[in-house]
Amino acid sequence: MTAAAVPTAVGHFGQYGGRFVPEALVKALDELGASHREASRDPEFQATLAGMLRDYAGCPSPLYEAGRLSAELGARVLLKREDLNHTGAHKIRNVLGQALLTRRMGKTRVIAETGAGQHGVAAATACAYLDLECVVYMGEVDTQRQALNLARMRMLGATVVPVTTGSRTLKDAINEALRDWVANVDRTHYLLGTAAGPHPFPALVRDYVRGIGVEARAQCQALTGGLPDAVAACVGGGSNAIGSFHAFLDDPAVRLYGFEAGGDGVATGRTAASVTGGSPGVLHGARTYVLQDADGQTVESHSISAGLDYPAIGPEHAWLHDTGRAVYRPVDDADAMAAFGLLCRTEGIIPAIESAHALAGAGQVIPELAAELGRPPTVIVTLSGRGDKDMATAGSWFGLLDDQKAIG
Amino acid sequence: MSSRPPASGAKRSERSSGRPGTGVAFEQARAQGRAVLVGYLPAGFPTVAGAVAAIRAMVEAGVDLVEVGLPYSDPVMDGPVIQRATEAALAGGVRTADTLRTVESVVAAAGGAVPVLVMTYWNPIERYGVDRFARDLAAAGGAGLITPDLLPEEAGDWLAAADAHRLDRVFLVAPSSTEQRLAVTAAACRGFVYAAALMGVTGAREQVSQAAPELVARVRAAAPAVPVGVGLGVRDGAQAATVAGYADAVIVGSALVNLLLEAPDEATGRDRLRALTAELAAGVRELRSAPAAPVDVGVAVGNKSDRAG
Repeated sequence: MTAAAVPTAVGHFGQYGGRFVPEALVKALDELGASHREASRDPEFQATLAGMLRDYAGCPSPLYEAGRLSAELGARVLLKREDLNHTGAHKIRNVLGQALLTRRMGKTRVIAETGAGQHGVAAATACAYLDLECVVYMGEVDTQRQALNLARMRMLGATVVPVTTGSRTLKDAINEALRDWVANVDRTHYLLGTAAGPHPFPALVRDYVRGIGVEARAQCQALTGGLPDAVAACVGGGSNAIGSFHAFLDDPAVRLYGFEAGGDGVATGRTAASVTGGSPGVLHGARTYVLQDADGQTVESHSISAGLDYPAIGPEHAWLHDTGRAVYRPVDDADAMAAFGLLCRTEGIIPAIESAHALAGAGQVIPELAAELGRPPTVIVTLSGRGDKDMATAGSWFGLLDDQKAIG
Repeated sequence: MSSRPPASGAKRSERSSGRPGTGVAFEQARAQGRAVLVGYLPAGFPTVAGAVAAIRAMVEAGVDLVEVGLPYSDPVMDGPVIQRATEAALAGGVRTADTLRTVESVVAAAGGAVPVLVMTYWNPIERYGVDRFARDLAAAGGAGLITPDLLPEEAGDWLAAADAHRLDRVFLVAPSSTEQRLAVTAAACRGFVYAAALMGVTGAREQVSQAAPELVARVRAAAPAVPVGVGLGVRDGAQAATVAGYADAVIVGSALVNLLLEAPDEATGRDRLRALTAELAAGVRELRSAPAAPVDVGVAVGNKSDRAG
C-alpha cells in the first residue's frame, strides 16, 4: 500500500468514500476536483498558499519536546503545536487552501458548516482575509452553547444562520449547507471543514492539512535523527488526524493511532466513536463508518468535545482502519479531561479538549509500545488546537467556576 | 447498458398480477394523449395508517403513479415541508418495514391498477440490505425505487438487484447535468427519468422557468425512449397543465404534503388532498400544444426543495 494509491479517480478508498449526492452537485464536485488538481500543479498557487501559511497563519508550527509530560508518561513525547497557529487550530490550513481555491475558481461566496464554531471562525477568518462573502450554518443548539464563537464569526463579517431542523447540531448544519450549495452552486463554494463528505472533499482537505505530518516528519528527523515510533491524533471527522498520518503512511515502522471520542463510553451508546461503535453506511455524501440504528437512521453522537461530536468519520480513516494501517480507539470524556489537566499542569499548555483525547490515548498506548520495543517510545502527539474556547466546559468539569474544588 | 423499450414496465405488470410496473401509467396516459400525474407522500405521516389512508385518497382522486417516501434522518434534498413531515414520522417511530407495509396496502387497495415507487435516500436501503429490500419491495407489489442521492456510478448493487427482482429504477437529472451525464443516467433508468428542474431551493425561480423545458428536451435528445417526469413543485391545475405540455409526467410532492401538515385533522387533510389531486389530474388532461409556455415563475417552487414554499 502506498499513500499515493488512494483515492481512485472516483474517490474510493477501498469500499469507502465515493459520492452519494444529488445529481445537481455532480458538476460542481467535478469542477472542484479539476480546479484542485490544476492548482496543486500550479507553482504560483502553491507559492501564494505557502506564503499565506508562513506569514499569516504562522506555519510551520513547532514540534515541541514536552519534557515534563514525557517524564510523566514514560516516553519521548513530541507535541505538534497546531494550537499556536492563527485562530488556534490546524483548521486554518484547510480554510486558507480552500478559500484561495475559491478565488481561483472565480467564485465569490463561501458557505461553511460549524459545530462548536471553530471551523466557522476559521472560515470567516479566511474569507475576511481574501475578501469573500461568508455564510456559516450552525445548529441552533450550538449557537446557544457557543455564543462567543457566534460573536467572533459576526465580528469577522460572516453571516451565521442558525439551523432549526433535525437535531439542530453539526450534522444538520451540514445538511443545510448542502441544500444551500445545491441552490447557489454557480457562485458558491462549500468550504467543508473536515476530510469527509463526497469526493473530492476527503482528498482535497487532506491535501491542505497534510503539511502537519510533512512538517512533523522532518522536524522529528532533525530533532531525534529518526522517525517516531508512533503518531497520535484525535479523530472526529478526522482532518487533523489524516493531516498528521498521511506523510507517514509509507513508513511501516511508524504506528498510527486515531483516538475517537468515546463520550460516556461506547457501551453506553452516548458516544461519538464511529469506528468503534458504528458500522459502514452512507452519510453526508460518502460511504464510511456511521453511528446508525438498525434502519440506517443516523444516531446522534455525544462527546464533551464539540469538535469531535460527529456521527461519522472521514472515509480515508475507514479504509486505514480496515486495512489495519492505522488503529482507532475510543477515549472517554473522563480520560480526555484527565489528560487535559495533566498537560496544563506539566507543560503550561491548555489544549483543546479535542486534542486532549489524543494525549489521553497516547498515554494509554505508551506502556504497550514500551513493552513491545523494550525502551521508552518516541511519540508525536498532534495538539490540534488550543483550549481557550473550552474553558467554560473545563471550568465546570473541574469545579473551578465557584471555587468549589481545585484541580488535581 | 442498452436501450430500454418503454413497454418494459407493462410487460412486468402482465407477468406479475397485482404488481404494476411504472410503464402501465405511462402507457395509459399516452393512449389518452395526456401526461402522468405522480403524487408523493411520506410513509408514517401522520401515522402509518394515516399515511395509507391519505395515499389511498390521492389515488382515488386521480394520481396515476404513487411515490411513497421513506423517512430518513438526514434528507439533504428535501425542503422544510417534507422535512417536517418525515421528522414527525420518525419521531412517531416509523420503521423501514412500515414503508414496505404502506406500499403493500396501497397496491392492494388500488387493485394493482396504480404503480407504487418508493422514494428513498440510500443509507436505509444499504442498511436493510440492497437485495433484501428489492426482494421485499417486489413482494409488497412495489414497482421500484427513486433514489435522490444515489448516482448510477455508485449503484452497482442496486442495478443488479433491480434486474433480479424486476424493479424499475429512477435516477435524477438536474439542469447542471452535462450531456454525457444525462446519457449515462437516462441509460441507467428504467420506468422514467426524474428531472429535478430546479437548482436547489430558493431564489432560483427565474431560472426554473427556462430550465425545466430545456432540461426535458435535453434528456429526450440524450435518451429518446425513456419517459421524463418533472419535479417542479407544481401547486395547481394550471401549472400541471403547463408542465404536462412538455413532460411525460408531472410530479407533485410538497404541495400535497403541506395540505396534511396544515389540516386541523386527518379527515380534513384527506378532503383537501382529494380536491387538489382532482385539480391536478384535470390539469394533466388539458390539451396543450408543445412547446409549452414558460411556467408561472411566481409560484413555482421545488417539489423536493420547497424552502420557498
